[in-house]
Order: sequence, then structure tokens, then C-alpha cells
Amino acid sequence: MTDLEIELKALMLASLRGDPASHRALLDRLSRRLRAYYKGKLGVVGRGVVEAEDLVQEAILAIHLKRHTYDPREPLTPWIHAIARYKLIDFLRRNRASPAEVPIDDADDVMAHDDNADAESTYDVRRLMQRLPKGMQCAIEAVKLDGLTVAEAARRCGLSEPGVKVNIHRGLKALAALIARETQT
Amino acid sequence: MKTDDLIALLSTNVEPVDRNAVVRTLSVAIIGATVAALGIAFAGLGFRPDLTTTRALIYLAIKLAFAIGIVGLAMIYLMRLARPGGERMMSPFVIAVPFLAVVILAAISLWSAPPLYWERMIVGEEWLECLLSIPIIAIVPFAISIWAVRKAAPTNLARAGAFAGLVAGGLSAMAYALHCTDDSLPFIALWYGGTIVLCTIAGAALGPRLLRW
Repeated sequence: MTDLEIELKALMLASLRGDPASHRALLDRLSRRLRAYYKGKLGVVGRGVVEAEDLVQEAILAIHLKRHTYDPREPLTPWIHAIARYKLIDFLRRNRASPAEVPIDDADDVMAHDDNADAESTYDVRRLMQRLPKGMQCAIEAVKLDGLTVAEAARRCGLSEPGVKVNIHRGLKALAALIARETQT
Repeated sequence: MKTDDLIALLSTNVEPVDRNAVVRTLSVAIIGATVAALGIAFAGLGFRPDLTTTRALIYLAIKLAFAIGIVGLAMIYLMRLARPGGERMMSPFVIAVPFLAVVILAAISLWSAPPLYWERMIVGEEWLECLLSIPIIAIVPFAISIWAVRKAAPTNLARAGAFAGLVAGGLSAMAYALHCTDDSLPFIALWYGGTIVLCTIAGAALGPRLLRW
């Protein structure tokens, strides 16, 4: 097992327990690796840095939303690889690029390189959020953007506390779907 | 939007995650799907009236063992396939074992019977009913299985769909066995085995469309 695997898995386990700092550190590390991976892949078909960034964000959202599917008895790296590759194939199909042009190999190492040149993606989350139902919008804004507690958000949005949590989860899922549609060129 | 901003948004107030969510959702789904299959088979066809005779019980036990064996194995695979990268951890050929077993038993039973009886043993009395009932009863269990897999994150959609179809077909065969009065091993191998395979193929075809996330 590599040092990277041990380090990332420790962050993942802490993040599953609900530790925000670990979650942030994990997503940050992963986003750099994913950026290098997607830039390399999309470069082959002449797609740009911005599209690679869209994909990085889609993958980060997927990792966040699907983190309950990680089995702590297994190593983390293959789980990340599978999501990264799945989102790449999905992106290529949406954009009608022939998968044959982008060689996607099981042996590809998603984690091989690091790239921290953060870029703007093609979409604006705040704008996309306006398309969500009111409850989801309010819950995400309150808890995720303004940093209120769930109890405070419940008061602000006129929802119950479980209602706030459900609305955040559904809202992020809906947001991920909107982003996927938005990045269809 | 910058990726850093997205990460900041996702990391604000994170909740602890239930690590057993995948297993629990799939377990609830299989229970629901079993109840649905039994209910539909009972309401639509009724159970066989001769359930108290020894012969009927023996064949019922064989049919149930075949169907439950398939469902059990298929569920183990589906639990893996529901997670990203789960397809790497399995050789799907173990699932052929119950099918092979029933085909071998069918061959032995044909070989030991006079050829005069072969047609009746293979075609039975209600082959058409069996051919139609198992796929139809499987529809609701299939929908429930797909719902559960969608809650997780499969990355091989055709294979995950196939195993959802296999689970549904197995559950449906289990429920149909309580009605079916065709008691012969060749009948079980051909019509039970065949329709379960059909459900699997349908699941593989529908998986990529139904399971995208």
C-alpha cells in the first residue's frame, strides 16, 4: 500500500465520521489529482482546461454525494479510480466524443500526478441554484454557503431539522444533475 | 465557479455518513421484492392445491432451492456491483453453478427415464404459463432492485442491471414455484432456468439507461 493510499484513506474515514477539516483536505487532494488526470485525458481529444475543470467538479460532487458507497474494509484508491473513470466515460458520451479517441485503461493511475492550477468552470453554481426548488435553495445557502447550523437553517427556511438535511442532500444531487446538463457542449 | 469554492461549500457542516447504507438499502429492497413477488403470484395465480403431498413438497423444495440459490448468489454480487469499482472484485461465473447443477440433474433424470416420457418431462403441461408468469412477476421486484442500486453508485451499469434482473427473476421463480404443478427436473431446467436468464438479459439491456448517475 502506498503512502498516498494510507493518507487519503485516513482522511476519508475521518470525513465519514463527519469531520469537516478532513473532508475538505480529502476533496482538495483529490481535486488536484483528478485535474491532472482529466487534463491529460481531454488533451488527447483537443478539449480544454475549462472542460477538465468541469469534470473535476463533477467528480468531486460525485465523491461527496456517493461517499456512503465506500466500504471502509477496502482500499480507497480503486473506489476513487472507478468514480473518476465513470464520470469521464459519461462526459465523453454526453459530448458525443468517441471513447475510442480517449484511451481509458484499467491500469491508468488517476492519482499519478498533482495539478493545483485551479480554474473557473463553465457554470456558476449560484446561478444554477436558482433553478432548484425554494426549500433546497434555502437549505443549501444557509448551511453550505452561510455556515449556519442545521437548527438555525431550519428556523430561517421554515423547515424541520431533518427536512433541512433532506433538502441539502436532494439539492446537491439536483445540482449535480444540472451541472451535468450544463456541461453538455 | 472555482473548484476550491465548491469544495468549501461541500465541506461546510458535513454530516457523519451511515456506512451500512448500501447493505441496508439492498436488504430492505430484497425483503420488499420478495413480499411483492409472493403477493403477485398468490393474487394472480394462487398456490398449488396439492401442497400437502410428499411428491409436491419434494419438487417444491427443489424449485425453491434452485431459485433461492440464485437469489442468494446474485445478491452477493449485486451488493458489490452497487459500489464504484465493485465489478473488479468478482468473477461472474460462480453464478452459473446453480444453473449447471439443475441442467446436470435434468440430464440424469432424462437419461434414466424411457424416451417415451421425455416430451412430457420437458414440455410439461403449463410451459407457456411458466414462460409468461416468471418475467411478468419479476417486473415489480426488478423495479425495487433498480431503485436500491440507484441509491448506491454502480460503475458497470450493464452488469449491475443484469444482476438486478437475475435477483428479480430468481425471486419471481421462487414465488411461481408455489403455484406451478409441473414436477420434473427437465421442466425446471428449461423453463425456470430459461426465463431467469431472460430476466437477466433484459436487466443487462436496461441497466445503462436506468442506473445512470
